[in-house]
Amino acid sequence: MSQNKSIPIFEEGEASLIQPIDLDGFREHNRKKTKKLIDKTITEKEAIDKYVKNGDYVGFELYGTVRCPMSLTRELVRSGKTDFRIVGQGVHELDLMFAANMVREIDFTYISLEVYGISDNMRRRVESGDVTKIVEWSNAAITWRFKAASMGIPFIPTRSMLGTDTLKKSSAKVIECPFTHQKIALLPALFVDVGFIHVNRADIHGNCQIDGISGFAFEMSRACKNLIISTEKIVPTDEIREHPDRTIIPYYLVDAVIHAPYGSWPGEMAGMYERDEPHYKMFVEKQKTKEGMDEYMKEWIYDLSDHQSLIDKVGKKRLQELTL
Amino acid sequence: MTQQYSPSELLICLASRVMEDGTTAFIGTGIPMLAASLAQAMHAPNLVPIFEFGGTGAILEKLPLAVGDMRTYNKALAASGICDVMETAQRGFVEFGFLGGAQIDKYGNLNSTVIGNHAHPKVRLPGSGGANDVGSACWRTIAIMIHDKRRFMEKIDFITTPGFLSGPGAREEAGLPRGTGPYRVVTNLCVMGYDDITKCMKLLSLNPGVTIEKVIESSGFELLFAENITHNEPPTDGELRILREKVDPDGLYR
Repeated sequence: MSQNKSIPIFEEGEASLIQPIDLDGFREHNRKKTKKLIDKTITEKEAIDKYVKNGDYVGFELYGTVRCPMSLTRELVRSGKTDFRIVGQGVHELDLMFAANMVREIDFTYISLEVYGISDNMRRRVESGDVTKIVEWSNAAITWRFKAASMGIPFIPTRSMLGTDTLKKSSAKVIECPFTHQKIALLPALFVDVGFIHVNRADIHGNCQIDGISGFAFEMSRACKNLIISTEKIVPTDEIREHPDRTIIPYYLVDAVIHAPYGSWPGEMAGMYERDEPHYKMFVEKQKTKEGMDEYMKEWIYDLSDHQSLIDKVGKKRLQELTL
Repeated sequence: MTQQYSPSELLICLASRVMEDGTTAFIGTGIPMLAASLAQAMHAPNLVPIFEFGGTGAILEKLPLAVGDMRTYNKALAASGICDVMETAQRGFVEFGFLGGAQIDKYGNLNSTVIGNHAHPKVRLPGSGGANDVGSACWRTIAIMIHDKRRFMEKIDFITTPGFLSGPGAREEAGLPRGTGPYRVVTNLCVMGYDDITKCMKLLSLNPGVTIEKVIESSGFELLFAENITHNEPPTDGELRILREKVDPDGLYR
């Protein structure tokens, strides 16, 4: 019999976990999800009514204004649901959520408007204390946390974040590796209550294919308890079966499929359309003040009933110009 | 006769000259994108830019506006995802990494998280993003900074991204990969490196028209000096022509 030997913990991030880890609960939840090839197509509103609750931990993919589930985000804002805990990666969705004051706790990696500078919506909510808890991570760390969840394991070791305040303000722990005896950071698995991912094409069952970079769709889709997909095109399952190597998200992960052409607008979609630069620049100006952002939210979200009314407002002509 | 150029154009040219042909470089938003594009057109056609959301080996014909946009994998060699490229860096394949920040200290530690107290910030900044990973895993990192006393500080408010941490040996002690760390700081005033022994920032070369005194009074900590401080060439006519006609024809960074 070996003696009870403990592995030294050298450092622990100060923050408690925003989202607890329950490996067997996740397995049991996944067991209950249907494995039948049923039709999962519904509207944005139906999906949010059915799957999203106040206080849920929600996640978005991809990033910035690239392949963003914007039609779902606008519907989430209109729903009035609130007090969300979020993964702070994926920028434009969060700008709208900050404006609507829907966010309480953030696993924070990077929130900014990239070349257009800092996000004033984020600053207003964080600096005022409307956001009550912020836990820091790096981009790779957040994605590796999804990877751990997707593996069904409680944590994953990494050589990122070591020695920094980023680690001090996280929930990571630094231990002595039992194999190499070097210090290594352990990242806790990150499970998402409801995930939102926008894809190029999917069938009615939720088999999804993505063009261009896949960002962290593979990892996050497998870390979600409930996964809502919006897609530019609904294709026959036969078309999925012709190129099964392109399927990033298989149907059994997916709870709802929403047909949302131009669903990433004003962002871009690989091989399909470009970012609407004049609109985005207008948003950048509006978001600099609370009043400006309120106007933007009224005009582009609250005064519209659904994604189709947004598409009508933007107009066929403009969307054609953006189409590649 | 050298043409007139803007401070941004000088920074882009200096950063571009640091990039070597036939190497891999992690490229972030803004000036590093322009510098990599210029380097590909000038002296480094086989520079492999790597973008954190999965673009590897793009030909940078049009300036990306985001680290995940389509231009980051224009005619690229691979379009994968964030795990792949971050793990590639963690395995030691990525030579250069470009970084920026609101504050830097003499050991090259960078802050891009918060000004003031973390719990009650004066200014909440964008956060680490990929910076901490780049600063942890790339062999040599290059910081691009505006040079003034509010940014070059003895003690920064928050260490987002590791430089040499508290000095010689501290990275290895923390568990970071052996032989990695800060390499250059490119500013609007000068180019700096780091002393091999003390790991403190060291002035290497001055930008056109800049004096050593100006660099000293713009730095909030004591600098070291190379034995022979050289002068950086201003942007050449060739660099400016490619920058203005090919890399940034819309003049976003002029």
